[in-house]
Amino acid sequence: MKKELIELRVNGRAHELAAQPNSLLLDVLRQDLDLTGSKRGCDDSSCGACTVQVDGVPMLACTMLAASYQGCEITTVEGISEGGGLAALQKAYGDFGGSQCGYCTPGFMMTVRWLLANNPDPSEAEIREALSSNLCRCTGYSQMYQAIRAVIEAEQQRMEQELVGAKHS
Amino acid sequence: MSEFSVIGKSIAMVDAAGKTTGAGKYTDDFSLPGMLVGKILHSPYPHALIRSIDTSRARALEGMVAVVTGDDAPNQYGILPVGHDETALAVGKVRYVGDNVACVAAVSEDVAEQALELINVEYEPLPAYFDPEESMKAERDLIHENRPNNIEKDYHHVFGDPEKGFADADYVAEARYIANEVTHAAMEPHSTLASFEIDPHTGKQGRLTVWSSTQVPYYLQHKLSLVLELPMSQIRVIKPLVGGGFGGKSEIIPLEIIAAVAARAAKAPVKITYTREEVFWAHRGRPRTIIDLKTGVKNDGRVTSVACKVIQDGGAYCSYGIVTILYSGALLGALYDIPNIRYDGFRVLTNKPACGAMRGHGTVNVRFAFESQMDEIAAKLNLDPAAVRRINLLKPPTVTVNGLRVLSYGLPECIDQVITRSAWRKRRGTLPKGRGLGMACSHYVSGAANSIIRSDMPHSTVNIKIDRDGGVVVYTGASEIGQGSDTMIAQVVAEVLGCSLSRLKVIAADTDLTPIDLGSYSSRVTFMAGNAALRAAEDVKKNIVSAAARRMNCAPEDVEIRDDRVSKRGTSPIESFAVRPETEAASGHVDGQILRGSVLQTRKDDAARDYMSFEEAVVAAIDVHGGLTGTGSYAPPVEARGGKHKGAGVGPSPAYSYSAQVAEVSVDEDTGEVTVHKIWAAHDCGRALNPVAVEGQVIGSVWMGLGQALQEEMVWKDGLLMNPGLLEYRSPSSVESPEIECVIVESIDPEGPFGAKEAGEGSLAATIPAISNAIYDAVGVRLREAPFTPERVLAALRAKRGMKRIEMTEGVDPTQPKKFREHGGSLWFRGKGPERHPADPARRGVAAGGVE
Repeated sequence: MKKELIELRVNGRAHELAAQPNSLLLDVLRQDLDLTGSKRGCDDSSCGACTVQVDGVPMLACTMLAASYQGCEITTVEGISEGGGLAALQKAYGDFGGSQCGYCTPGFMMTVRWLLANNPDPSEAEIREALSSNLCRCTGYSQMYQAIRAVIEAEQQRMEQELVGAKHS
Repeated sequence: MSEFSVIGKSIAMVDAAGKTTGAGKYTDDFSLPGMLVGKILHSPYPHALIRSIDTSRARALEGMVAVVTGDDAPNQYGILPVGHDETALAVGKVRYVGDNVACVAAVSEDVAEQALELINVEYEPLPAYFDPEESMKAERDLIHENRPNNIEKDYHHVFGDPEKGFADADYVAEARYIANEVTHAAMEPHSTLASFEIDPHTGKQGRLTVWSSTQVPYYLQHKLSLVLELPMSQIRVIKPLVGGGFGGKSEIIPLEIIAAVAARAAKAPVKITYTREEVFWAHRGRPRTIIDLKTGVKNDGRVTSVACKVIQDGGAYCSYGIVTILYSGALLGALYDIPNIRYDGFRVLTNKPACGAMRGHGTVNVRFAFESQMDEIAAKLNLDPAAVRRINLLKPPTVTVNGLRVLSYGLPECIDQVITRSAWRKRRGTLPKGRGLGMACSHYVSGAANSIIRSDMPHSTVNIKIDRDGGVVVYTGASEIGQGSDTMIAQVVAEVLGCSLSRLKVIAADTDLTPIDLGSYSSRVTFMAGNAALRAAEDVKKNIVSAAARRMNCAPEDVEIRDDRVSKRGTSPIESFAVRPETEAASGHVDGQILRGSVLQTRKDDAARDYMSFEEAVVAAIDVHGGLTGTGSYAPPVEARGGKHKGAGVGPSPAYSYSAQVAEVSVDEDTGEVTVHKIWAAHDCGRALNPVAVEGQVIGSVWMGLGQALQEEMVWKDGLLMNPGLLEYRSPSSVESPEIECVIVESIDPEGPFGAKEAGEGSLAATIPAISNAIYDAVGVRLREAPFTPERVLAALRAKRGMKRIEMTEGVDPTQPKKFREHGGSLWFRGKGPERHPADPARRGVAAGGVE
């Protein structure tokens, strides 16, 4: 199949590249843009290791045609670090053991980031349901809940302090 | 002040940031200029002769660079020296659906896939064997000609006097248990990138570099050398990050050799990454196992004798099979005090992907049987299941009847812990209908005391280099696969040297750089590589200490190094450093430290002093010794290497971990669905070097056991895998995963590094029987076949009520399993798939037009 020129916006930067109409987004990210953080764990969107965000919504790059997502804002795990350092969620996953072999971790990052953006104080059932789109074979998920809970609590404390600070000023 | 500075604290893995940011590189993330994509052609037949392979049409395809077949690399290899029965690609014969027939290397995946279609292979089907008990009767069309009756290996062990033990028993329980086949399903599909360099002197293809998702880089280097007929020194194996192993990458997986063979033929780098389906075919998981178990007990539950016959459905190649069947017998010992044991183990070949090592290698399925039978005995004799276990405890230090040495033994405390936490005494028997509690115990080796290749070489070696910058570089062959190997090594070295973790840099698993280490399997890394790291650090520390002692004008014994501070014993660290801001030493701000020569320093340091920074001590030591390096290695002590009987090499370990668990489940009596609400797991890991990592390993093990207990199963039909996908294999998702409460028990092993032992596998085996025992407590049915799927639970419930059986699973009673099923779920494949030999057992039912 002949390649065609497409333009993708990934992690806030525009990329012009040649891709076959049937090229998968995951392959374009990994092979053409060298963004190897998104992983291939299966070939049929069963595992979630390839999860990226398209306009803020988690989607599975292994079964998406790259050419169909021109004009969208694509975010990969490489685009979620903050100020050159770890985002709170990334740090917590490290500290609480939410990541062991790490192969599923980028996918989880993208899913959890979406969850917390849309539901800042999810119940345990809501966290479990959100995470069920991604598979992990190492952790049994337990330490991920601790990490996510820690991020939520830290964020709530930060907001309370801001509120107190605002009252005093 | 705690005894330790670095160990015993929960810290993030040293490679955690790479994993959470996506910056960490796994094998498939690498590419090289001019790299080709390799794709493998697999056999559609379970057992067939290869009459011819015609690659001419494939060769003519534009973009296709090389195609290789079995004849390109016919040397046999295998992970065990006694089991060299594999070739890179099939030579003359295929032995399972998915066996490797040819490999193409092409400019893109598309072209490679097209090329595969153009290869024409002519097969002559042979009768195939899928049921091990059938396979054992085979006299012709053997899977390997040198294995009569398709038996890879059988062992018959007698320890003590089993017959007398049974005669002395007040009660003898006897039953057959079956555990169906499961696989690792690590998240990262296997991947290998192979590249040759041109030798500058000969001008020909020279050194080979292989990046591979392996747990055992040194074994890979060895087998590559064997197959490619290249000296080991010409082969460099690099293990990048590995996305989970669980044993599935603990031997040589075909693609690792095939990639190198293809790269040699293509004269270009070749990368092969398995699809998820190929990962299932590569398999090497836990074999389906039939266990006929007989246990004799006194009325108080004291075990007098155990007889155990095990048949393992090993698949088409030996793989780790001989070790697996030996572990199944050997690890009947070392958990409880069993005075008499008879063991008969059969490892049988069948026309299915080879089974190998999987987390809890060899012990898991037998432990399921044993712990279930303990529960049956407790019920029969009206005893508390916990009491039956307590009365059979070992009294260490001891050597078991089958020659296993046990020093540290935290099992009693593990049992106490789970009983207290689950409120076992108060709640058991008082839970609502359909809800129950079950208990089980397990154990595992902290590395095998005897290596696969019998030799006197150390099992682990660690080198350390420290330079004038105060940075500590550790070189280890141990393989980080997500379990925290690099972090553990860094912690041990930092603790011994008394320096901060940030000084440590671990270079691991690169055969050019790192000293030989057997790899990550049999839970050996913490104990063996940890001990080697400890010794290497002590080796280098003595030079630092002697130089510091000279500078501080004291005896070497009086030098203390802790938290990056070197001080004279007796001087309080706070006093010593009162004049020096703490940050100065910790953050490395020592002016001109790298090039500071002795002239300046001598003038400055002439006066005797009571303290130094770590860098100053390092510089002083390098000035004296000319360099600062250390080496340490570990080989298990002779006393821990086991008995003298045939097969005694497998089972012995320098230390064993222990686990006790209680599971709380409820059973829906209308649907047969089992819900696990909570599991309490206490694990004796000797000393927890990094508690958060230990908890992660224990919880992960329990969770994997839960998968095998309830839903994971490789479903076969006529030798075809019916569920080769992650969705179909049904690994538990977050909504199906219960809370697992981990309790760490520290028995402080006398020989472990800082007392540490195994943490990554031992808990798995207890989970399956804990759940089956809880199901019995809940609804009164004893499930003797795993996994306990709704079909099986429902069938058992209906059988108990005397109701008609529902024919969903070929009508085998899960409470009284008699034989293996070729088929375990709702899928049905009779008569479909590739053409079979008329004598193929799978065809019999079709020929007769009836049910097998």
